[in-house]
This record gives sequence, C-alpha cells and structure tokens, in this order.
Amino acid sequence: MNSQRSAWTFVAPALFVLGVFLVLPVCAALLLSLTDFDLYALANLDNMRFVGFGNYLDIFNTPLFWKALGNTVWFVVLSLPLSLAASLGAALLLNSPLARFKGFHRTALFAPVVTTVVAVAVIWRYLFHTRYGLINYGLSFLGIGPIDWLGDPHWAMPALALFAVWKNFGYNMIILLAGLQAIPQDLYEAACIDGASRRRQFWHITLPGLRPVLLLVAIITMAGYFQLFAEPYVMTRGDPLQSTVSVLYLMYEEGFKWWNLGRASAIAFILFALIFAITRLLLRLARARGETA
Amino acid sequence: MSAGTNSRAAIWIVNGLLIGGAVLTLLPLLWMLSVSFMQPGEASHYPPPLLPAKATLANYRDLFERGGMGGYLLNSLLIAGTVTVLSLAFNLSAGYAFAKLRFAGRDRLFQLVLAALLIPLQIAMIPLFLLMKWLHLVNSYGGVIAPALATALGIYLVRQYARSIPDDLIEAARIDGAGEWTIFLSIVLPLLKPMIATLAVLTFLASWNDFMWPLIVLSDQARQTAPVGLASLAVSREHVQDYEFMMAGSVVTVLPVLLLFLVLQRQYLQGLLLGSVKG
Repeated sequence: MNSQRSAWTFVAPALFVLGVFLVLPVCAALLLSLTDFDLYALANLDNMRFVGFGNYLDIFNTPLFWKALGNTVWFVVLSLPLSLAASLGAALLLNSPLARFKGFHRTALFAPVVTTVVAVAVIWRYLFHTRYGLINYGLSFLGIGPIDWLGDPHWAMPALALFAVWKNFGYNMIILLAGLQAIPQDLYEAACIDGASRRRQFWHITLPGLRPVLLLVAIITMAGYFQLFAEPYVMTRGDPLQSTVSVLYLMYEEGFKWWNLGRASAIAFILFALIFAITRLLLRLARARGETA
Repeated sequence: MSAGTNSRAAIWIVNGLLIGGAVLTLLPLLWMLSVSFMQPGEASHYPPPLLPAKATLANYRDLFERGGMGGYLLNSLLIAGTVTVLSLAFNLSAGYAFAKLRFAGRDRLFQLVLAALLIPLQIAMIPLFLLMKWLHLVNSYGGVIAPALATALGIYLVRQYARSIPDDLIEAARIDGAGEWTIFLSIVLPLLKPMIATLAVLTFLASWNDFMWPLIVLSDQARQTAPVGLASLAVSREHVQDYEFMMAGSVVTVLPVLLLFLVLQRQYLQGLLLGSVKG
C-alpha cells in the first residue's frame, strides 16, 4: 500500500498538468463550440447561450471558411509531395556509400528544422521580394521574369509552400534515413548477384522496405501542414485577396481578434475532424494495398 | 563502359547534388547573417548585394536600443529555461513510474497518456485562454510555462528508455531500505542521463520556437518572447522595409537554438527518431 502511494507521488504532478491544461480544455472546447460565447460573455457569463450546432451551420454558410479550407488544402497538396520527394531524395543521397562529408551534409540539410519559424519566415519574405529578392534574381538568369510572389494571389500560396518545404523536409529526411539503414543489406547483395539494376533494386527493395516509414512520415507531415499559421501571419497576413488565409489563421482571427470564442472552437474542431479523417483514410488505403501486395 | 568510370561519374553526381542541396538550405541563413551587417538600405538594390560593402553593427544596436529585442530574448530565455528544468522533473518522474513502479490503473493511465499524444494543441487553446484568464495568468510568464510543464511525448520517451533499467538494481536498493524517491534520485537518474540530455534539448528548442500560444497569451510587450516580439516588429509599418534591421532580429532569434542544436545534435536527432516511432 505504501509503495502504491509513493508511486502516485511520481505520476501525480505530470498527470495534473496534462489533465488541467490539456484534457480539460479539449472537453471544454467541445462544449464551447456549442455556445455563442463572445466578447459579452467574456465580460459576463450570463450573456452566453447554448446554440447547439448553430456555430457549425454558420461556419458552413460562411464563404471565407470555404476559401480558407480551399487555401489550406491547396497548400497541403502543393507542399506535401514536394516535401516527401525532397526528404526521400536527400535521405537516399546521404545513405549512398559514395557520399562524402555525410555529417556536414546532414547537419546542413537539417538546420532549417530547428530554426524559429517566425525568424526564417521574415528572411523568406525578403527573399521573395519582387524587385530586390534573391529568388527573382536567381530566376532572372533562367530568363524567368520577375514574379510578384507574395503580392499575386496565384503565387502567394506556392511561395509559402516552397518556404514550408525548405523549413521541414530535413525532419523527414532523418526518419527516412533511419528507415533506409534498417533495410537488411543482404537483400541488396542478393539482388546484385541476381544482376538486378540499381533502378530495379530501388523499386523492389528500397521502396517496399520504406513503406511503413513513408506512411508515418506522410501522416505526420500532412497533419503538420494542415496547421498552417505562422507563415501567413508573418509573411502575408492572409493577403493578397485572402489567398493565404488558412483555417487556423481564420480561427485565430475569429477567436482573438473578434473574440467569437464559440465559433473559433467550432473551426478548430472542424479542422481536426478533417485531419483525423484523412489520417484514417491513409491508414486504410495503406492496409488495403498491403493486403493485395 | 567500365565499372570504374561509371562509379566515378556517380560519385560526382551524388556529391554534387548533396553540395547543391546544402547550399540551398544554408543560403537563406547565410544571407540573413550577411544582410544583418549591411548599412540601412543597402540590401534594397538591384542586383541584390551578397556581402556588406562596409560591415556595421548599427542594426544590432538599433535592435536592442529601439526594438526592445534584449527584453524579448530575456523573456524567451527565462521561459524556455524554466520550462526545460521543470518539465524534466515532471516527465522524468512520471515516465520512470510508468516504466518501473506498480500502482493500480497504471497501464490504463499510460494508454490515456498515449492518446494525449494525438491531441492537437490548437483545439485546447481557446478554453485554455479562458482558464488562464480565470487563473489571472494571462499576460504572465506563468501562462506560457504552466501548460508546458508536462508533455505526453516526454513521458513516453522516458518510459521507453527507463524500461531498460534492470529491476534487480532497484530491488536491491529497496531491500537495503532505500525509499522510492531516494532510489529515483540516486540510482535511476544517473542511468537516465542520455535521455535527460535528449529531452532537455528537445524541450528547450520547442519552447523557444513556440509561437501561437505565446502570441495569444502574452499581449503585453514587456512580457513577449523573441518570436512574438520579432513578429510584431515584422508586421509593423515602421520596420517592414528595414531589411537590415529585421535580419539582425532574425539572427539573434535563431542563433541561440541553432548553436544549441549544433552542440547537442546527436541527442536531438536521437530524440527525434525515438519520438517518431510512436506511430
């Protein structure tokens, strides 16, 4: 009995923190999303009313919500494949027996991951500058005319996607590199003896061996990209023409600019229901393919 | 075509691509450093200059004298430092207990901790703000520190690591009459040292780089962290055209975490790998 009590003194502080500052707020968020909690309720709780699914219906009838959702999905569609390709390419290069100075290259390619997103977003805002930015300067050598990256509604989201890929691909590179190193070397040796080409080895040994890791990395990255916020906050403030308003940016404005905390909670829940659903879908697709393969 | 020339070409391709990639990832950071030493207005020329014509520290002086960056950095250091030390204490003790101590409901509770790994923090932010308001912690360091004191990931990582500690070691100390906390502090903690380093660097970096929650809970400029302060400088009309000034701001915000990462790279990457297999 005594040892039970002392065991509890080990876990109680951490469980208290998680309970009070994570579990309780998540439950409260669900309730809050069913109320019209706003600036008046903030002053006096008597001004709060239960509105059922009113917030959700309201949001689904708001054009800006659909615009933000479309923007966010577009951002994910642009950056996710690019990011995965960059991470896989970098991991394959680092894993190659021909590569020199691996430690240096790994550190250099990973460095953006540990940087502060606000600080590097500020850098990229200037790199994307139409007249004085390094990116347009570099493109001018390829004969590509100046692009108004952050001022043109068609280019703003691709610009943020490029930045996000630069910032994040190193994370997946490290995980994929570990995945590559876990593939048994004798599989490659056997393939060599059988005379399989490099390309066939990649398609028949490397990719199947990496599949579980690739799936994991795709899900983590997808969920992270759906939570786009700091980039538009610092680089574009949602402009031009609201083309970079993300769902989380909308939630932030709704909640902490207009103080519609009930509506903002509902937006948060919709976003995470979406992420959850896509995760389930990816897992199911992977399992179905795993069974047929 | 012999195998020798083939692999020589392959060596050039592999290393050429690696160098190209490293240049692309490092260029924005090096450019930031270079521009931060330029005279005000120097970067706004075509073609964009890569190196300062005459290096100056004026931007850094401006940043600390007019931009209030010194205060922001101190706030960040204070918050990230406190979060790191206290959350280590919370996560280490809980993770160890989940791995090695027996108590009713242990496994069920650990399942809940694992489930908490999947909860996106942004869902909790709005009620958390109301809770902080009620606790009078809005606009205080406590409002940023308190929710970060324990993390599901930290508990998970410690538990996985602590499982490898031999039971005999703990049992022998118990037979000698040592209390549970004495065993934890004098026997277990030294064995957890590698995990402590990993968790410390992960936590410090995450706390330093955190943006959305500090932005929400710290409205008073005097309390803001470096990322929040930098963001408010970046979106202010006054500084939006000051390339050189803003780059100095980015340098001082990024440099501490970048240096810390370079020193503790092995521990950081190990934590990243252990944390990602949670699935």
